[in-house]
Amino acid sequence: MQWLDASIQGILLGGMYAQYALGMALMFGVMRIVNISHGDLVILLALIGISISSAFHIAPLALIFILVPIAALMGWALQRVILNRVVGEDPLPSLIATFGLSIALQNLMLQIWSADTRSLPGGGLAAASFNIGGIYLGVLPILVLATAICLTGGLDFVIRFTRFGRALRAAAADTAAAAVTGVNARSVYAMATAIAVGILGIAAVFQAMRVTVAPADGPAQLIYAFEAVIIGGMGSIWGAFAGSMVLGVSQAIGFRIDPGWGILLGHIVFLIVLATRPQGLMTRK
Amino acid sequence: MSENEPILSTHGLIAGYGDFQALFSVDFEIAAGEIVALIGANGAGKSTFLSAIMGLLPVQRDMVRLDGEPAGGTPAHTMVRKGIAIVLEGRRLFTGMTVEDNLRVAIDNGRAVDAGSKEPAWTLERLYELFPILGEKRRTQVENLSGGQQQMVAIGRALLCQPRVLLCDEISLGLAPRVIREIYQVMPSIADAGTALVLVEQDVRLAQSASRRLYCMLEGRITLTGKSGDIHRDDIARAYFGTKHAVA
Repeated sequence: MQWLDASIQGILLGGMYAQYALGMALMFGVMRIVNISHGDLVILLALIGISISSAFHIAPLALIFILVPIAALMGWALQRVILNRVVGEDPLPSLIATFGLSIALQNLMLQIWSADTRSLPGGGLAAASFNIGGIYLGVLPILVLATAICLTGGLDFVIRFTRFGRALRAAAADTAAAAVTGVNARSVYAMATAIAVGILGIAAVFQAMRVTVAPADGPAQLIYAFEAVIIGGMGSIWGAFAGSMVLGVSQAIGFRIDPGWGILLGHIVFLIVLATRPQGLMTRK
Repeated sequence: MSENEPILSTHGLIAGYGDFQALFSVDFEIAAGEIVALIGANGAGKSTFLSAIMGLLPVQRDMVRLDGEPAGGTPAHTMVRKGIAIVLEGRRLFTGMTVEDNLRVAIDNGRAVDAGSKEPAWTLERLYELFPILGEKRRTQVENLSGGQQQMVAIGRALLCQPRVLLCDEISLGLAPRVIREIYQVMPSIADAGTALVLVEQDVRLAQSASRRLYCMLEGRITLTGKSGDIHRDDIARAYFGTKHAVA
């Protein structure tokens, strides 16, 4: 019973990780751009959301509709201004550029919001739960997981079946060949990064409702997103979702064994996957 | 516009990679529905020439003209919408995607053909008639196709861009003779529909038999041009290898 409960809580936690991982699956998995500032963008968006919410008294879930357009615009600008200049066969330039951006963002956030931890008041939602057969399920974590499933399904559909998705996969596979097939890779990439960061706008609201956020929290979220994408398999959107579940369940089980083991067990499972199935769980080759 | 007016032309075209100049004042022209071969040894500048036309290399605006209008240095994706398509050397398919998804990228982003125009637009159905095997394999990932089938996808992808000029870079490379014949058999039907075809080839005999006119390149310059049927093989050998090596 204890382990069933841990697994269920782990899946719910995985829902949160999936929300970080989806943008990473799109940028790192499909476009092969390493965005080190991924986690910092979540935190930046969360802090912006907290400030907007307290200044204008906006309910957390309504905040999503304000934060997502801001996030998408940030993603679009990130690609247009920085990443389109460094994108290419070599992943190193994008890694270095976004590493610099990550440090700059962390310091900017410290300047504006100080090192204090903050959170979004979730009202009754954050504490609400119900009991099924002795297992308590939080309403907010279920909402997070349901949102993650919808986002994963939606993104997977867009990548596989739309004109934009085909153009993106084509540009990622061979930029020059895509260009001579009429694809404007730069604008397709700008759109993709807008989507990737736009999803972080949703993740940021849930993150700030679930726990507290502080300017230095970004790198941890970055690692979880990276691990989820690699566990699931590069290029697979549902793979990133599955990877998030593996990570969430591993951490939740680890926490039950010993509170100090939770995060560690997640990393260990990641290393085991990397050693035994480096292509990821859901990629064939 | 008269029928013989060139649809695409280059005028003193100069291009290169950084400080290295690969093309020296290349003059070239092709009319609608014409098949022109461009031959030359490895490193003669044939692929560079196609890249320069396509907008993949920086060139001056008036060095490339489309319908007489300067179009040099236009980004490749815009060039496609103006009606130039290319089958790149080495096929360069979108790996990880199915045959049909590869082709759909071209349908999504190619030149728009007016519904009222006389020219028949390329569709998946028409392409599958031309290459029936692609219809059978349309749900297969492109990396699992044979070389010849991959080349058909590459040609199909270019055709679905609805080109008025189709540039083909060494499409016979690495293919079995039977497959080469199969692919070259469809060329006249493509040209008959009004598409101008530029065939870059290393195989001189193949180029000569498939084309109406021929250009030969050597070290970034055009060394010979004329009607494919009229040119003597000795002249080609001289133009192909340079006078010092004229032993063929």
